Amino acid sequence: MEHVAEHQVRAHAPANTMRPLSYRVRQYRAETEDTFSIMIEPEDGQSIGRFAPGQFNMLYAHGAGESAISISSDPRHPRELWHTIRRAGIVTNAIGRLRKGDWIGVRGPYGASWPMHEAQGKDVLIVAGGIGLAPLRPALLQILAERHKYEGIFLLYGARTPDDLLFRRQLEQWRGRLDAHVGVTVDRAPTTWRGEVGVVTTLIPLAPFNPLRTVAMICGPELMMRFTARDLIDDGVPMDQIYISMERNMKCGIGFCGHCQWGRYFVCKDGPVFRYDSVQALMGIREL
Amino acid sequence: METLEPILAEHPFLKGLPDHYLEMVVGCASNVVFEPDQFLFRDGQEADSFYIIRKGRVALEIFIPGAGPLAIDTYSDGEVLGWSWLVPPYHWHYDARASEQVRAISLDGRCLRGKCEQDMGFGYELLKRFAHLMERRLHATRLQLLDVYGTRR
Repeated sequence: MEHVAEHQVRAHAPANTMRPLSYRVRQYRAETEDTFSIMIEPEDGQSIGRFAPGQFNMLYAHGAGESAISISSDPRHPRELWHTIRRAGIVTNAIGRLRKGDWIGVRGPYGASWPMHEAQGKDVLIVAGGIGLAPLRPALLQILAERHKYEGIFLLYGARTPDDLLFRRQLEQWRGRLDAHVGVTVDRAPTTWRGEVGVVTTLIPLAPFNPLRTVAMICGPELMMRFTARDLIDDGVPMDQIYISMERNMKCGIGFCGHCQWGRYFVCKDGPVFRYDSVQALMGIREL
Repeated sequence: METLEPILAEHPFLKGLPDHYLEMVVGCASNVVFEPDQFLFRDGQEADSFYIIRKGRVALEIFIPGAGPLAIDTYSDGEVLGWSWLVPPYHWHYDARASEQVRAISLDGRCLRGKCEQDMGFGYELLKRFAHLMERRLHATRLQLLDVYGTRR
């Protein structure tokens, strides 16, 4: 179990783990042109229960199929369960057509969480790219709610354009906080944009964290995570204090089917959150 | 008399520079302030300086005919902007516009080039620092070209 930290929360597969629970869509919110969030509630009182930041659910759209989707809401309010989803295929498009009152099946929560306990008493550096902010949002919400447990809080977020930024209103609120450093950058922007322009790694030198006493949580496309981790290591952050959230084609969610095998790991069961020193070698293998 | 020497000596870009070289840099330095939307330099103009941003943000823009200006990079507190003063024919290739009020230290390129020619050791020290800067920016630009945010669900 060297790929996770000692206190990372891990899913325990219940006996009926392949049977989805009945939920109803309560709210739908468009985030960007191709991304939306839905809030779902249990239909008959039976819920998935509590979840930890970084875990995911298998969402089932009737007649279309299942997809692994990270939970994007506040873990202190597990009954207000939000997922933020990019329309990318048949299932996510079907989920995107659901509206208030529509049925959806839910299995979960699955996977290893962000290292919330290990981060206590340290600087926390959260680096998100594109929709990668969604799985990190529960961690940030929990950290901000328990602000006294952590040292400096740094959120660095990059997206293609200003129109591709998620949770824009909340980002503004976070940027207004005096007890957190929030950097937002886009790849290209009209001149009306008053924020940074450049890839998310260009924000790293502007964030005054203490490398040796920092826990870094990175989520985004694999390439972005690899380059971010490399820059952090160059800046002195130890590899065993860097965590990434991986994405693979997850089907069962519990490590039975093998679809998400990544070297000796199953991303659904052993991840999706991995400590970087345990997977760095895998990230360089092209066949994986 | 207060000089810019203590500020420049502490800046990561110049940190570790021998004292006599630092003095040569200070001799070419001055404080400047740009108001929001004011241009630090424009495409095609002679590149006669570079800037150490002390406070504020500068957008590097390219003008696209028919579409207008597009911001392709930004520089904020502590960053170093501009290396065209070092490369013949010493012309800027982009527009640099203050997104907000910018306080910066301007380093006179002609003045520095003259000193580099006279003292190759000084020139090499400066070049090493700019090469590192260019390498980081080139790396970031390549990542930008890859459109790295495109695929995660």
